Amino acid sequence: MTKFRILATTALLTQTAFAPAWAAETHPVTGEPLAADQTFEYRLLDQFPSIDPQLIEETVGGHLARQLFEGLLTQNADGTLRPGVAEEWSSEDNQTWTFKLREDARWSNGDPVTAQDFVFAWQRAADPATASEYAWYVELSQITNASAVTSGEADPSELGVRAIDDRTLEVSLARPLPYFPQMTVHYTFMPTHPPTVEAHGAAWTNPANIVSNGAYVLEDMAVNEFVRLVQNPEYWGAEDVIITEITGYVINDANQALNRFQAGEFDMMDDLPAGSYPRLEEEMPDVAHSVPRLCSYYYTVNQTETGHEALQDPRVRTALSYMINRDVITDQVLKAGQAPAYSFTHWATADFELPEIDYALWSQEERMEKAKALMEEAGYGPDNPIELDLIYNTSENHKQIATVVSQMWRPLGVTTKLSNYEWQSYLEIRGNQNFDIARSAWCGDYNEASTFLDLLTTRNANNDGKYSNEKVDQLMLDSVTMSDPQPTYAEVEKILAEDMAVLPIYHYTQNFVLDPTIRNWPTENVENNWYVRDIYRVATD
Amino acid sequence: MSFYILKRLLVAIPVLLFLIVFTFVLMYAAPGSPFASERGIPPAVLANLQAQYGLDQPFHIQIWRYLVALVTEFDFGPSFIYRDQDVNSLIAQGFPVTLTYGFWSFVVAVLVGGALGILAAVRHNTWLDYLAVGVSIGAQVLPNFVLAPILVLTFTLWLGWLPGGGWQGGQWQFVVLPVIALSTSYMASIARIARASMLEVLTSNYIRTARAKGLPARRVILRHALKPALLPVISYLGPAFVGMITGSVVIDIYFSTGGIGQFFVASALNRDYGVMMGITILLGALTILFNLLVDVLYAWIDPKIRY
Repeated sequence: MTKFRILATTALLTQTAFAPAWAAETHPVTGEPLAADQTFEYRLLDQFPSIDPQLIEETVGGHLARQLFEGLLTQNADGTLRPGVAEEWSSEDNQTWTFKLREDARWSNGDPVTAQDFVFAWQRAADPATASEYAWYVELSQITNASAVTSGEADPSELGVRAIDDRTLEVSLARPLPYFPQMTVHYTFMPTHPPTVEAHGAAWTNPANIVSNGAYVLEDMAVNEFVRLVQNPEYWGAEDVIITEITGYVINDANQALNRFQAGEFDMMDDLPAGSYPRLEEEMPDVAHSVPRLCSYYYTVNQTETGHEALQDPRVRTALSYMINRDVITDQVLKAGQAPAYSFTHWATADFELPEIDYALWSQEERMEKAKALMEEAGYGPDNPIELDLIYNTSENHKQIATVVSQMWRPLGVTTKLSNYEWQSYLEIRGNQNFDIARSAWCGDYNEASTFLDLLTTRNANNDGKYSNEKVDQLMLDSVTMSDPQPTYAEVEKILAEDMAVLPIYHYTQNFVLDPTIRNWPTENVENNWYVRDIYRVATD
Repeated sequence: MSFYILKRLLVAIPVLLFLIVFTFVLMYAAPGSPFASERGIPPAVLANLQAQYGLDQPFHIQIWRYLVALVTEFDFGPSFIYRDQDVNSLIAQGFPVTLTYGFWSFVVAVLVGGALGILAAVRHNTWLDYLAVGVSIGAQVLPNFVLAPILVLTFTLWLGWLPGGGWQGGQWQFVVLPVIALSTSYMASIARIARASMLEVLTSNYIRTARAKGLPARRVILRHALKPALLPVISYLGPAFVGMITGSVVIDIYFSTGGIGQFFVASALNRDYGVMMGITILLGALTILFNLLVDVLYAWIDPKIRY
C-alpha cells in the first residue's frame, strides 16, 4: 500500500508538471478569469461495478468511461456529434461506414491508438467469452454477424468490423443504419488497449495497470469511497483541457450527499433526494438545475394470458390511460419540471416530431368522460369491476405515483392491488409477465426515436407487456432504410396511442445541483453525457 | 485450559460449515439473479456468464467447489457484481477500514461507558448518577441512523469542523464522526450494565467487610469491587466488539468510509453471491472467535469458573 501511494504521488507530481499553468489565467475563448484550483469533484451514486468499457452496464461507470476513454466520436455540449479518435467518417449507403482515425491519438502509455484497437474492443464486446452484459448493444448496432457472434455461432473475428490500415476502420452493417455514427459514442464501443487487457486480465482496470486514451487517466481509487482521475498528458487534445483533476465520492444516501454538497465538499450531484427539488430551486436558483433527460416513465400493460383478460382489450387500456391525470403527477407529486407524457418517445429526442395525439389535446374532463364510455363499451364498469395487480420496484416516487394512479382509476370500477418488490426480484417478476400493470422506464441508448420505439416491436426482449402489432413491426423495419424516418416514427406513435400499447406517464428531467463556478456544463445534452474536458472553473473574487 | 480452547475451536468447524451451507441454500432460494438486467442479455452471453461463475453446475458441485477453494486456497471467489474485483480483494480493502473505526468505537464505548457506569454506581442517587443514567438512556434511544445525520448537520454543515464522510486512508478527522455515531449506543449499554453490576457488588458482604476494616473508598472500589463488577460487562463485550467491527452498515453507507459493513445489504440486494458468502463467513468466524475469547477472559477474571 505504501509503495503504491508513493507511486501514485509521483504520478501526480509528473502530471502537475505537464499540466498547463492555467492559474491566474483567462479562458482562451470566453475570456473569463479562471480559478487557480481547477479540480472537479462530484458524487457517485454507488460504487461502479466496472470501468472496463466493454463490461460497463450502468451510469456511474459510464460517466467515468467518458473521461477515461475516447471513442470514434464524442459529443458537443448540445449532444451533436463531434470527432473523437476519428477525424472523418463517411458512408455511401449507410451500410458500410469508414472512419479515418487521427494521427495524434495516443494511449496513456504513448502507444498510438489504431484501428486494430477498435476491432479488438468491438470483437471483445460481442464475444460471449467476455460475457458483456451490453453485448446486446453490438447486436442493436446491426454490425454484420453481430448476432451470430454474441450467440456463439460465429467466431468474433467474423464480426463486420476491420482495420484497413492503422488509421482506417471499416464497419459493415447487416442493414443500412443512418444513425450508426451516433451509436459509436456509447462506452461499449470505446477502444481498449489490447496488450494491457491481455497482460492483466480482469485486473487491467486497476490504477496500477490501466492504459486509457481519454482526456484523463485513473490515478487512485478505494472501493465504496472514492475514485480520482488526473489529466492524461498523452491525450491529443490535452492543451485544451482545463480541469486538472476529477474526484468522485461514493455517497449512497441522497440526503447525506446533499448535506455534504451544501457544506461545499464537492461540486455536482444528481439523483437528488425525492421531493427536494422545489426547495432547492427556490433557495439556490443558480445551483439547482432541471433539464430534459431522454427517459420515459410508463406503465407496462400485460397483454398476455397471464394478465387480466380485460387488458387485452385496447378500449380498457385506453380508458385506463385516459383516467391518469398526468398534470397532477408532474406538478403535484414530482414537482421537478417533468413533462406529462402522451407519447412513448421522449419529446426532446433529436429530430423527433411529436405527432398530434388526440387525447393529449383534450381536457382531463373530456378524457374521463371518454374513458367511462369506453369501459362501458367493453362491458366493464362499477357493475362489473376489474381488480388489477399493479407492481413497482421499491421507491418513494414509484409508490406515490402508483397510489395516485390507483385512486384515479377508481371511478372506472377498477380496484388496484399495489405490490412493491426490490429490483432484482422485480426484474424477474416483470420479465415473466407475473403482473397486470408494471411500472417501467426506458432511457434512450442513443439520441434517436428508434431507441424507444423498437422496444414495442413484437420480438423485442424488453417488451414486457408483449404488445404486438404487425404494422408497428413492419414500419419499424422499414424505417431503418429511410433517409428520413421521422414521419414513420410519428405514424408509429399514433398507432401506439390508438392501441394504447403502454400507458405513458411522464418524460424525465435530469435534476442536479452544480457549483456555480463550474462553467460550460452540457445542460442541453439530453442523454446526460458530460465530458469534463469541456468544463472549467471560473475565479470568484 | 488449552484443551478447552482446542475443543471449542474444533466445534467451530462444523458450525461454520453449517453456516456456509445454510447461507448458500438461502441465497439460491431467493428469486432474481446477479445477472438480471433491464436490458436483455443474449442467451449465449448469459450462459457464458453463468459458466464463468460456475452457476451452470448442479448445486452440490457448486458448494463443493466453493468449499474446496475456501479451504485449500483461502479463496472466497469472484464478486458477481464488481467484475474488476474478487471477494478477497474487496475484503482486504474494506476490512482494515472497518476494523479501524470499529476498534476506536470499542475503546471509546468501553472507557466512557465503563467510567460513566461505575461513577454513577459509586455516587448512587446523586445528581451525577442521574446525569449518567440520563445520558446513557438518551444515547440508547438514539439509533445511529438518526445520530449520524445529526452529527453531519452539526459538525459539517453548520460548524464546518469535520468532513461529512470519506476515509482518506484513515486520517483522524475522517474517523471522528463514524466513531461517535457507532460507539454511542454501545457506550450507553455498557454504562447501564456496569452501573447495575457495580451497585450489586457494592452491597455485597465482602465489600462491607473491606469497608469495615477501614480501607479507603478508592481502594475498595478499584481493588475489590471493580473486577467482579466487570464480569457482566465482559460477557457483553464479545458480541459488541463483533457488532462494531462488522455491523456498520449505517456507518459505511452514511459516511462513505469504504468499510465492509455496507456489503451486508448491498450484496444481498445485488445477489452478489460471492460477496454475500464471504462477508457471512467472516462475520461467523469472528463471532465464534470473540465468544471464545470472552469465555477465556471470564475464567481468568473469575476464579470460580473452571473449564
